[in-house]
Amino acid sequence: MQKITTQKWPLPKDLFSIKKLPWEFFLILITVFVFILSAYASPYFLDPWNLSDATFNFVEKAIVALPLAMLIICRDIDLSVASIIALSSVAMGFAAQYGFNIPVIVIIGISVGMLCGLVNGAVVTHFEIPAIVVTIGTMSLFRGISYILLGDQVLKDYPEGFDYFGQGYIYWVFSFEFMLFLVATLFFYFLLHKTNFGRRCYAIGNNPTAAFYSGINVKRHRLLLFVIVGALAGVAAVLLTSRLGSTRPTIALGWELSIITMVVLGGVNIMGGAGTITGVFIAVFLMGIVTFGLGLLNVPGIVMSIIIGAMLISVIATPVLIKKFSQRKG
Amino acid sequence: MKKLFTSREALLCILILVMTLSVGAIADDFLSIGNLLSIYNDTSILIILALGQMLVIITRCIDLSVAANLALTGMVIAMINSSYPDFPVPLLVLFGALLGLCMGMINGLLVWKLGIPAIVVTLGTMSIYRGVIFLLSDGSWVNAHEMSKVFMQIPRSTFIGVALLSWASIITVAVFYYFTRYARTGREIYAAGNSPTAAFYTGIDVGRSQFIAFSLSGLLAGLCGYLWVSRYAVAYVDVAAGFELQVISACVIGGISIMGGIGTVAGCVLGALFLGVINNALPVIGVSPFWQMAISGGVIVLAVIASSRAEQKSGRIILKNAVLAPSK
Repeated sequence: MQKITTQKWPLPKDLFSIKKLPWEFFLILITVFVFILSAYASPYFLDPWNLSDATFNFVEKAIVALPLAMLIICRDIDLSVASIIALSSVAMGFAAQYGFNIPVIVIIGISVGMLCGLVNGAVVTHFEIPAIVVTIGTMSLFRGISYILLGDQVLKDYPEGFDYFGQGYIYWVFSFEFMLFLVATLFFYFLLHKTNFGRRCYAIGNNPTAAFYSGINVKRHRLLLFVIVGALAGVAAVLLTSRLGSTRPTIALGWELSIITMVVLGGVNIMGGAGTITGVFIAVFLMGIVTFGLGLLNVPGIVMSIIIGAMLISVIATPVLIKKFSQRKG
Repeated sequence: MKKLFTSREALLCILILVMTLSVGAIADDFLSIGNLLSIYNDTSILIILALGQMLVIITRCIDLSVAANLALTGMVIAMINSSYPDFPVPLLVLFGALLGLCMGMINGLLVWKLGIPAIVVTLGTMSIYRGVIFLLSDGSWVNAHEMSKVFMQIPRSTFIGVALLSWASIITVAVFYYFTRYARTGREIYAAGNSPTAAFYTGIDVGRSQFIAFSLSGLLAGLCGYLWVSRYAVAYVDVAAGFELQVISACVIGGISIMGGIGTVAGCVLGALFLGVINNALPVIGVSPFWQMAISGGVIVLAVIASSRAEQKSGRIILKNAVLAPSK
């Protein structure tokens, strides 16, 4: 029998629930394996400061991956996140140039992010256009605006103390960024798994029409999620700008793809309706460890992209293959 | 008559004409035949890639790997040419197209046989193909002086006053026009994208249609790999980085529905030309090239808003009392 429903993707979760093994278990297994392998391969891997340094490379992306997971569970997607980061970084740069103090700069950064999210959400929900098309458009639009505002200039007049967000440590090796990521993970875990708001995401993702008839304001819910994604992209912009200490229009270029890779690797169904924050949380570390471990072995970044790409496909193909073979036997 | 003026293609045509004429009013040279031809020539690669992408989008998939595919084949061909300058170029082009085809088939097979969503597959293969270029070239560039004369000359040489690069796109457009309107496989691709369930019941293998669409998209990307590298006379890892988004934008502006099943060759070509004219007009009217990205982004958003109403038409009910087949 040929599969006819379009891209009815066998959910890893459904698959493993038969054997009482969740997708997260599978992910943890790979992560631990990669961790041990890296620790063997390089003597510098297990140093706590090195590990802490490694978190800087993925924490900003991971902070956006959390709300994006919820958005994807709702059958939407936001490809413009990296451009939102760029635009809100530019806004912060100008705010700093006008001599605003740190809290105002941060508020401006996050508000610009929310505003961009609002634009995405409003166009998607009001005109009922697939989110992927709209956000491909706004991806060029937001980054384009950053180019118009900034051209080939650099903004780097950030006030003293602004570098704390991206470079400061709260305690010992635990950076501000990393702790913020942990807090964000807890927040989104509760939001998605313990509140009505979160349950509604699954309802909408599984069947928007049914969700609508059961009394969920689907449009408002999706709009809100776009704004949340925008807000967190704004937060990521604060962290990144503070860490780099400068803003160029090319900031965070191409990040949308690694962020989406994190989400998909975390077992979130790109067709909506399934996925957990725990999965995304582990996938973030998996990607972080792979990148860091390979980096210690002097593997160039572009070769890592081969490995990340292959990982993305194989991690998703493996359960499908297992299912195919087990069906043949049964 | 009313339909003629409200159709997407007519609207785009008018927009492109208005844009070209108004830019021409500012700068006289813009409307010269030579300049118009060179604009078309500039847009040729985008047109070819957009046609391949169109097929993929019609089957409800998306191919993010076209630019990486183009860059990889371009690099392989350039490397062969620089090491064996005597290797006949037409064979080299054929080889490039086949290499592109293979990469497209990999995408297609993963979507067809494993049922992984196309966006995930091509997101993965996009970074894989890009990375392979680095492995092959070790990060080095192949520059103009390392390529043979013939290799660089072919797309530049003219036939009836038009560059062969433009001819390549004209021929592709003609073939695709026939393929999407009259060829059985082409019609199957539309059917598969429009209503996969209905297509299945009429005996169309939806997965196979998607596979064919991906293969063709890969084939064209491979061909463009040669065209790109020989036109710009350079090959490196980041060739055409991010070009896939321009290709998709051209399709979206041309009225190809991302939900599948809707889209014409004419719309696709006009969408690509629209972007091409904007790109060429901005420097002429003295707008900083930094505006280009925001303008094309804004155009995409406006284009999808404009077409959102058109797509909301529900299907006609032909036989009201027909027994509805179970949906699964």
